[in-house]
Amino acid sequence: MKTILPYIKKYRAQSLLAPLFKMLEALLELFVPLVVKDIIDIGIGNSDKAYTLKMCGLLGALALVGLVFSITAQYFAAYAATGITKGLKSALFSHVMSLGYTEADTLGTSALITRITGDADKVQNGINLALRLLLRSPFVVFGAVIMAFTVDTSKGTSALIFAGAVPILALAVFGIMLGSMPLYTRVQRSLDRVTGNVRQHLTGVRVLRAFGREESEKASFGDASDELNRLQRIAGRVSSLMNPITYVLINGATVLLIYTGALKVDGGLLTQGAVVALYNYMAQILVELIKLADLIINISKALASAKRIGDVFSAENSQQYPAESAVPDFSAPAIEMKNVTFSYKNAGAPSLADISFSLPAGKKLGITGSTGSGKSTFVNLIPRFYDCTNGEVRIFGHNAREYSREALDSLVAVVPQKAVLFKGTIRENLLWGNENASERDIADAVSAAQCTDIIAAKKGGLDEQIEQNGANLSGGQRQRLTIARALVKKSPIILLDDSASALDFATDARLNGALSELPWHPTVITVSLRTGSIKNADEIIVLEDGAAVEKGTHDGLIAKGGVYAEINAASGGESIG
Amino acid sequence: MADSKKKKNAPAGTVKKVMNFISGYKLPLLLSLLTAAVGVVLNILIPLFFGNAIDLIIGKGNVDFGGIKAILIKTAVAVIICAVSTWVMSTLNNRITYGVVKDIRTRAFDRITVLPLSYLDSHPTGDTVNRVINDVDTFADGLLMGFTQFFTGILTIIGTLIMLIRLNLFVALAVVCLTPLSLFVARFIAKHSYDYFKAQSEQKAAAAATADESFSNIKTVKAFGREKILSEKYDRESEKVRRTSLKAIFFSSITNPSTRFVNSIVYAAVALTGALNILSGGTMTVGLLSSALSYANRYTKPFNEISSVFAELQNALACAARVIDLIEEPAEAPDKKDALAEFEPLGNMDIDGVYFSYTPDTPLIEDFNLHVRKGERVAIVGPTGCGKTTFINLLMRFYDVNSGTISIDGINEHDLTRHALRSSFGMVLQETWLKTGTVRENIAMGKPDATDAEIEDAARRAHAHSFIKRLPNGYDTVIGEDGGNLSQGQKQLMCIARVMLMSPPILILDEATSSIDTRTEIKVQKAFAELLQNRTSFVVAHRLSTIVNSDVILVMNKGRIIEQGTHRELLEKNGFYARLWNAANTTAQ
Repeated sequence: MKTILPYIKKYRAQSLLAPLFKMLEALLELFVPLVVKDIIDIGIGNSDKAYTLKMCGLLGALALVGLVFSITAQYFAAYAATGITKGLKSALFSHVMSLGYTEADTLGTSALITRITGDADKVQNGINLALRLLLRSPFVVFGAVIMAFTVDTSKGTSALIFAGAVPILALAVFGIMLGSMPLYTRVQRSLDRVTGNVRQHLTGVRVLRAFGREESEKASFGDASDELNRLQRIAGRVSSLMNPITYVLINGATVLLIYTGALKVDGGLLTQGAVVALYNYMAQILVELIKLADLIINISKALASAKRIGDVFSAENSQQYPAESAVPDFSAPAIEMKNVTFSYKNAGAPSLADISFSLPAGKKLGITGSTGSGKSTFVNLIPRFYDCTNGEVRIFGHNAREYSREALDSLVAVVPQKAVLFKGTIRENLLWGNENASERDIADAVSAAQCTDIIAAKKGGLDEQIEQNGANLSGGQRQRLTIARALVKKSPIILLDDSASALDFATDARLNGALSELPWHPTVITVSLRTGSIKNADEIIVLEDGAAVEKGTHDGLIAKGGVYAEINAASGGESIG
Repeated sequence: MADSKKKKNAPAGTVKKVMNFISGYKLPLLLSLLTAAVGVVLNILIPLFFGNAIDLIIGKGNVDFGGIKAILIKTAVAVIICAVSTWVMSTLNNRITYGVVKDIRTRAFDRITVLPLSYLDSHPTGDTVNRVINDVDTFADGLLMGFTQFFTGILTIIGTLIMLIRLNLFVALAVVCLTPLSLFVARFIAKHSYDYFKAQSEQKAAAAATADESFSNIKTVKAFGREKILSEKYDRESEKVRRTSLKAIFFSSITNPSTRFVNSIVYAAVALTGALNILSGGTMTVGLLSSALSYANRYTKPFNEISSVFAELQNALACAARVIDLIEEPAEAPDKKDALAEFEPLGNMDIDGVYFSYTPDTPLIEDFNLHVRKGERVAIVGPTGCGKTTFINLLMRFYDVNSGTISIDGINEHDLTRHALRSSFGMVLQETWLKTGTVRENIAMGKPDATDAEIEDAARRAHAHSFIKRLPNGYDTVIGEDGGNLSQGQKQLMCIARVMLMSPPILILDEATSSIDTRTEIKVQKAFAELLQNRTSFVVAHRLSTIVNSDVILVMNKGRIIEQGTHRELLEKNGFYARLWNAANTTAQ
């Protein structure tokens, strides 16, 4: 609820008007049995034709005014629900964009996407229904009970039957609905298992057929399917109690009502028309109670969704940037690390431990080591994707934390390990590095990143559309374009996080050559599993379990015959294809 | 209806086939219809009973208690029978619906296990899963719920109409003339809000795509400082969604008030005609007027239900057509009747004059010949995407050759059952695939009756034992979908253990280990070496040592086999392979 409140403010008027008009409509509906009572008691009782006509006209007028009220209410409800949700979604998006890597890692991508799609939809639906029905349904139910008391004001009023029937009915309706909910949760879980079975058979079809597992897979699918069927039938049996039970209760109450009504009429305490009116009120209650139970389930779902959205809002970016940025000293070493240690949130052991080095501007550093040795972590600390837990990362003479967000951005260009391009043209993607880049800048970056042939092969050239996730490009093409995107930035520091792994050795070699000839002589850090990509670096650091176990040049490290030499040998020196 | 069926692309045959699915449930279906009829009739009679009772309550001192008691007892009995039959009906319907769903799913799954790989490769997994799960659900729900609603709806309309006519012809006429109004209103609104809903779902998809792209790649977004630009883009898109959603939601939410309005008008008309009839000394009474009013109140409901049933049935048939397409998709050619089911080959392979292509207009493999003796090693070399999968597809008979023969120990692959053929091969691909289940189950995949000792021995030889031992529950650790929490290297070691246990005479291996760390890679190398001993093997080779020492090298590019021979022969030929080799050697120095 707290999550949604700020966005309701903007739609306060609509959020009040919608239920108000709904209540007015309900009020009119409650008058109908009274009008019918008068038609019977006065119009028919006194054989007054004009009165009867007038009252039937009133019924029509009530219906028309009710329609107008109701449509007005629906409009306000829809307006408020869509508006509030839009505000919520936009704010949520901006908030997610403001999160740091640590928070984004913790929350998880698919969860975040669900929050802004499915959960937001549920919230919208909940608001819409709540505005329309949350006041109306109880109003009709209690209104009918109150009306019954005004119709029969005699001692030991038959309206007591209403007072008794409503809680029993409510108990039955809510009991069955709430009782069947956990059963349907189990059904859903069982259905997920069946779905998983089908999906698994499709994704693993080659292996399953290679091992001749078709029959046993059929059997395990059959088991899952049987279980689902069993659970569905149990859940169905419970929820199909709803109609018959409420039917018996409401008609039982009506039987009682007519009998006590008869007694009262006989005693002259009630008219025949009043009995008909009471009978009509009873009918109104059931419909609204079922609507109310439905509504409460929807609202509880919406509240659960709102709470999940609220959890995202309560995650804050833990990183702070200074208002006043430090000015880089380009004569100082480009990157320095002093006893840097880093642990991921909730991780036991540090991912990087006590790393120190100093890299002069314009030099090349190579990083290698096995998977999980801390190579990517190393790279991520420089642009402050994560802040080191201990020690200091210095860039051009200042602690990285002394730069503003923009200043740091302009100093460091990153080519992430995962080659990601966005929907849009190739040009639009390349301009991410620098919105104001000239055609010349783009062409230079494209040629240095060995992308010339990719763009030449596309009909639209630079204006060729890239599909979502770059689906119409190969892995190697995507990698080269992400390198070009980073080069467009012309930053003094370039970080390549294993971003040439899909390139063949020849292209990789040409790329390395082009990188050393960039006119602005950037400082380059290259991470690679292949020794070939880093052998020309001025210095190489070998990481193992987060520690820098070896440092030196390619030749020096080979001569040393340690871990680096082992990695070099394991990759067979070089490979074909 | 006929017209709309065409539109939904459900061929006439669909209905007949759908009937087949239900044919096993004739008795429950008949009982369901019977109980539905009982329920409807009683449900219509009860308001009449109440009306009759009210007629006996005339005024002070003028109440026929004996009559009222009799009527109320009759009513109570009717109510109970009606409730019971409603419950029986829905229980039966559940049984039929869920049963039909299960039957269809089983048939669909059985079909998937025999569909040719060419079908599965060309249909996205999500699409097939959707057919087996969601389409089947929609179909069964729509069909049976629709059918029941249609049946009870028609019965209710006819029954109510008979009652109204019996009560009073004018009242009946008033109801009959006004009710269709609500149908028109509902139709009109549905037709006009449809466009808004369509636009809404398109705009929603666009906004969701932006969110998906930005959230999935938030690291890239932040690395380039694009947060604000993307937030503004999303804001614009969600504003569009808001505008259309408002219209869609508002228009569709007019339906209820409008039908309620029509209903109220019918109600007023019944009150009027009924009251006038009583005043002019007609056959109506106050009690009957009250019955007529309650009929008027519920008369529009079955109309609305029936009109929604049509939409649901159409949708159900469209889903049924998709499911039936899957079930009727031709299976791969069955094994020959006299095919050999037990087969323990030495591992000699002969490939003679093989032609193959996925589509007739792009020929891939033409006149391919290869002869491999037991224990020899064939290296397959070429850039990524060169077509090594095609080669494996043919060896394992995932696809059949267009012409030519592949034989093992002189026996044509087609004279073996697929099972016998495939169990002669051990396959370790780069894309490791493990099923959901325990480590033990995964290793024993090719030999389900293996003892624990055998499984452990295989794991040991695959250098997998030491890490398996360290898993939370050792060999009984459950692995999530597609390997879950294991590293790429660990998964590969398990795949090797899986093959070790089977000990097949012929191996297909992919050496690529690019995503594995060095230490594990060394283990994988050792495991491969062990596996290769004394076995005929086809190795997608990435290492010079493997390639040079192979008995035959197949050089593939763009799906075709372009060169074939020993290392020395290929170098002498001075073609594609020689160029690759020289390039690799210069940079390796």
